[in-house]
Amino acid sequence: MLIALHSVKDPEIDSISIIELGMLEEFELREDRAVIKLLPTFMGCPALDIIKKNVELALMKVEGAPPAEVLFIFHPPWTSDRVTDTGRARLKEFGIAPPPRHMTETGEWQADCPYCGSTYTTMENLFGPTACRSILYCKSCRNPFEAMKPISTLM
Amino acid sequence: MKKSLQDALIDEHFRSAAAQLLFQLADDDFILSYRGSEWLGLAPHIEEDVAFSSISQDTMGHAAMFYGLLEELGEGSADTLAHARPAEERKNAILLEKVNGPGTYLIEPQYDWAFTVVRNYFYTAGKKVKIDSLKSSSYQPLSEAAVKVNMELFYHLLHWKTWFSQLMKAGGEARKRMEKAAEEVFQELGGIFSLGEKGEIMNSLGLISGEEGLKSAWITMMKPVFQELQYNMPSQFLMMSGDGRNGEHTEDLQTALNTLSEVYRLDRSASW
Repeated sequence: MLIALHSVKDPEIDSISIIELGMLEEFELREDRAVIKLLPTFMGCPALDIIKKNVELALMKVEGAPPAEVLFIFHPPWTSDRVTDTGRARLKEFGIAPPPRHMTETGEWQADCPYCGSTYTTMENLFGPTACRSILYCKSCRNPFEAMKPISTLM
Repeated sequence: MKKSLQDALIDEHFRSAAAQLLFQLADDDFILSYRGSEWLGLAPHIEEDVAFSSISQDTMGHAAMFYGLLEELGEGSADTLAHARPAEERKNAILLEKVNGPGTYLIEPQYDWAFTVVRNYFYTAGKKVKIDSLKSSSYQPLSEAAVKVNMELFYHLLHWKTWFSQLMKAGGEARKRMEKAAEEVFQELGGIFSLGEKGEIMNSLGLISGEEGLKSAWITMMKPVFQELQYNMPSQFLMMSGDGRNGEHTEDLQTALNTLSEVYRLDRSASW
């Protein structure tokens, strides 16, 4: 069943699974059902309903698996350091810089270009095409790119 | 000692006070994110369109979460709470329901960007003050929600502060329009700090700080910003149009509710 969960990708970044994103908090096998507790990245994320449906579908394909009950909980809160090392690599493959691990005291951060690795980048817009991403520009290879926003409880 | 959902459900005094607070938090975020969504395609430039939509989406997510907490407390389904309650049952501050400016989304929208920046910045700072207090709320699910909201709020506050400072520093017409907008917002700003008729009970149950505490935390946060911009804050925050926490509202809210619930009212049994 966990293998099946690995097949559930982020509907908006289809190279990364919900497990690599660090969304899975609890997996519990009860007599009549499997309870899967997931942490939403951002509360207003419109992909949540799709993820829920995809988890249910993925488990339906596993022989002998009970029906899935998918719950979104917000405690503990999802933070960007929950993205696994494999997840960070997958984001890069997709052209998205993984969330920066460091932030200055004033909340500023920078991300390296996912294409050429340069640190010579500028922030174009803190807000990107989805709630969890920002838009940046690489001055070295002259590519626009996106980065996953750092999110931490220290903010 | 914090109360869990189960504790709240067997303590009606606590449950109803927590629910009243949650209605205020949910309705504030709900109506302001609706007003934000009306700017889609009309913001000053395309980057702002992306940013503002993203902020409105987050804010709607916060409203949905608060409505979800109300659902757990037995107040009805989140969808019904958001769409089907009449204006007089809404608890949002009046400042947040006011139209963005003359015209409508479809017909000659002459929306006021200065008003939007000031309203959003002042409200977001007020929300930050409340969320900081809610992190230690006596209602456990609410204190957990506050931790989550706080992380997203960081980016919203940064965004509106940048707009506010840049336009205030620009001088000329920008400064004039911003000061006019600020004057307008201060006339209703008292409404966002009001906790309504049950405010003192909420405070004594440890759900949230009192109104005065919230207000002075806001002033402490904003004073250095205003000082740097050489702007004098008025000594009083008013509620010229009334206190939304007690169900007092303007025609603007009714018009907004008619529009936003149109599809919902068309077919209530439709699946979304």
